[in-house]
Amino acid sequence: MSFNSFSEFLSMGGHGLYVWLSYGLGAAILVANLVLPKLACNRLWIEQKRRLRREEEVR
Amino acid sequence: MAEKKWMPRWFYQLASPRWCYQITGRLLPWFSVAALLLLIGGTVWALAFAPADYQQGNSFRIIYLHVPSAILAQSAYMLMAVAGAIGLIWKMKVADMVLKSAAPIGASMAVLALATGAIWGKPTWGSWWVWDARLTSMLILLFLYLGVMALNSAIENESTAAQASAVLALVGVVNIPIIKYSVEWWNTLHQPATFKLTEKPAMPVEMWLPLLVMVIGFYCFFAVSLMQRLRNEIIWRERRAGWVRELLNKQ
Amino acid sequence: MRMDTNPRQSSSVGMTGLFAATCRREFLLSFRRKSDLVNPLIFFLMVATLFPLGVSPEPGFLAQLAPGVVWVAALLATLLSMDALFRSDYEDGSLEQLLLSPQPLFVVVLAKVLAHWMMTGLALTLMAPLLGMMLFLPAEGMPGLMLSLLLGTPTLSLVGAIGAALTVGLKKGGVLISLLVLPLYIPVLIFGSSAVQAAVTGLPLGGYLALLGALLALALGLAPLAISAALRISISS
Repeated sequence: MSFNSFSEFLSMGGHGLYVWLSYGLGAAILVANLVLPKLACNRLWIEQKRRLRREEEVR
Repeated sequence: MAEKKWMPRWFYQLASPRWCYQITGRLLPWFSVAALLLLIGGTVWALAFAPADYQQGNSFRIIYLHVPSAILAQSAYMLMAVAGAIGLIWKMKVADMVLKSAAPIGASMAVLALATGAIWGKPTWGSWWVWDARLTSMLILLFLYLGVMALNSAIENESTAAQASAVLALVGVVNIPIIKYSVEWWNTLHQPATFKLTEKPAMPVEMWLPLLVMVIGFYCFFAVSLMQRLRNEIIWRERRAGWVRELLNKQ
Repeated sequence: MRMDTNPRQSSSVGMTGLFAATCRREFLLSFRRKSDLVNPLIFFLMVATLFPLGVSPEPGFLAQLAPGVVWVAALLATLLSMDALFRSDYEDGSLEQLLLSPQPLFVVVLAKVLAHWMMTGLALTLMAPLLGMMLFLPAEGMPGLMLSLLLGTPTLSLVGAIGAALTVGLKKGGVLISLLVLPLYIPVLIFGSSAVQAAVTGLPLGGYLALLGALLALALGLAPLAISAALRISISS
């Protein structure tokens, strides 16, 4: 371990703001890239199933 | 007379959207697990266990995000260009779809690289932005990405949009070394300091091993995100096909 | 009566003939609307005027900015004129005819762009000393300014034409062209303005001009290929 206590870990030797800002941003971007396609997928499936059902009814 | 095939069989198999959908379905869980383990493990390692830099202190830990995202931003553009070339030469729909899917992920990696680079600059150089050669080149790369994305969304016809984006991506790829060279040259002209912002001096194992883990983790993440978007794109473009209808009905 | 059924004989016109004919057509069409020719030049002048007004009219300060400002103004003026390159031909259908004809598209495209350059880029180059003077560019910088623009603006026209070809089918292609093409303009801008800076400080220009020349050579060789491909794609929809 590079740090002796949790509070030391959080403060990062005074650079806490920068490190945690960067990692927070990194986490946000990575999560967004994983979650947004999944949401789009769900929306797509619901739409397409609805369209299929509509086309079946017309037939 | 049969046309002579210049590529191996699996290359032509890739042309089938249905086959791609199936194989990405099988690969997705593996890459997801790998990405999760590598990224979480790598981050913990980077934040808690890796040593701090002698000169830069703990802000050095930002490198574990900055370098992987920069590498990904550049690799993703190469992938886009290759996919574009394949789509233009062999007229493969799947290649076009890969190009369209890779663009937003690559752009967000460029944004992350720029943001982490800028944030790293503050404790190191004292200001939130520096016209450093690498950061400036990354900014221009972001512009290239945004251009491809803008062109793709501006053209309504899907196959025309894909072909136009492919040409643009290829023109961009030819320009990237030229841009890099000119920006580096411009930078040395205007900044007397030779110490680069993201200079990586010879790193001991304790430092570059977590970096390697993060880089591989980022690649796995990229694969996961790309496959997800690709599958969405396939379902959308092939929505009238029989196999898609079967798939939708099964659920 | 002798019937000329041998097509090869009638193509005695050849590449240079095709090139010249296309150039002539471009000039004829453009000179019918002289006002359109002048617009990029007026824009060029206006942009250069914005800087003293927006920042400071102080000579020492402007002189420092002058190389970059003139180059950026030339870049923007070229960009603005790009949209019109293929648009009128697209709208009246002659672009489609061009793509269907058996003539090599490379030559036609090159001729079109070069003719366009002569009416915009070359004109800007000739006007540049006026702007240099307004921005207090030292006299030593003038030859460097004109030479760098002379070598750089054709490259700007060629690369800009790629953007124009990609967006010719779109109704509002204007701003999109800028988005697509500006990143690609950056190397030319860097070397061009550095050449002027070098001229002002008395350093040798040769290297910068050689670099600009190299970029031009690359553009002359590759851009028409990209432009042709982009035109075919835009028309195909």
